[in-house]
Amino acid sequence: MEIAKLFEIIIAASLINNFVFTRFLGLCIFFGVSRKMETAVGMSITFTSVMMISSALSWIVFNYIMVPLDITFLKIIIFIGIVAGFVQASDTVMRKVSPGLYYKLGIYLALISTNCIILAVPLINAGEHYSFIESLVFALGSGIGFAIALIIMASIREKLELADVPKPFRGTPIAFIVTGLIALAFTGFSGLIKL
Amino acid sequence: MAQTGTINYFDLIKNGIFKENTIFKLALSLCPSIAVTNNLRNGVLMGIAVLFVQVMVNITVSPMRKFIHPRIRLPIFMLIISGWVTVTDMTMAAFAPEAYKQMGLYIQLIVAFASILARAEMFASKNTIMPSLFDGIGMGLGFLFALTIISFFRELLGKGSLWGYQIIHAKPLLILVLPAGGFFAVGLLMGFFNWMSMRGERG
Repeated sequence: MEIAKLFEIIIAASLINNFVFTRFLGLCIFFGVSRKMETAVGMSITFTSVMMISSALSWIVFNYIMVPLDITFLKIIIFIGIVAGFVQASDTVMRKVSPGLYYKLGIYLALISTNCIILAVPLINAGEHYSFIESLVFALGSGIGFAIALIIMASIREKLELADVPKPFRGTPIAFIVTGLIALAFTGFSGLIKL
Repeated sequence: MAQTGTINYFDLIKNGIFKENTIFKLALSLCPSIAVTNNLRNGVLMGIAVLFVQVMVNITVSPMRKFIHPRIRLPIFMLIISGWVTVTDMTMAAFAPEAYKQMGLYIQLIVAFASILARAEMFASKNTIMPSLFDGIGMGLGFLFALTIISFFRELLGKGSLWGYQIIHAKPLLILVLPAGGFFAVGLLMGFFNWMSMRGERG
């Protein structure tokens, strides 16, 4: 039962309820870093790993500290503290431990703390009462979904640079319309599994 | 800064609505502009929530600006913002439970709005309380204005209704209420505003 349920969570989080196309979160980052394939891949890797660790941390804090003390109404403040603190800490540690990796992925770390998905995942985990494993898997699925979205978008935008777009639509507006077309395709996944 | 007397409050508000409109000009805080705008009521409620948080954050940060050490200012701003968002979140949950059920997550995510943090950092931490108040009102109204326009078109053309009341008995463009339609609507409106400002520059 467990494995099947976990698999369902991954599929649902990455394809059916894709954060970018059906929940519309993380759009600032999505439009910001999807100009080049290389940055899109770097962002996806950093993002997925940060999200898994920070959602694990928030799960522990939520269930072992906030629920017993009955302070769950402070969840917004505490989660954003955890995420921002963790991002800052990993920034510092990475700079010391592996400068090579920091040079490649460091800039994405700074961007991540302003991303709403990274805060939405712990909030949804707390709202749905997921178990520890389930929330980890949900974070992984969301990361995969974000990566899929970024990579599709980056490959289209590299071509779009060469296209002759009407002048008022250049840049963000045309990116929005392209995203709309992809989102339309993603509605096709909605009947994939019953939740 | 001691330029309180020279700042024109009306200009501050106009700046927020037109010149630095959060959504159409700066392309920031886009998530709720699509997520909650498939009907007019949710769009307006979300806009009011953001307006409230922006104003309260600005007038909280401004008087405290001399006591906050510059090196720890960002965590402090985040704390202030999340405090006010929690207030908004709980108020909405108590007084508008139906709308809250649909958009509760997005209200909580006002915390992660780049625009609110940016105004606290760029404006309220450098100015006295009155200009900060009007700057907050201007930016918030700009956001409210953008959400109202987007949700007006999406509900009217997608469902043929406004604020839940049926106005025309047809659904001219059903696609606009679908998730994908939100992207189209925002893209087209952004293009339109760019076109307007280009025309303005030329002649």
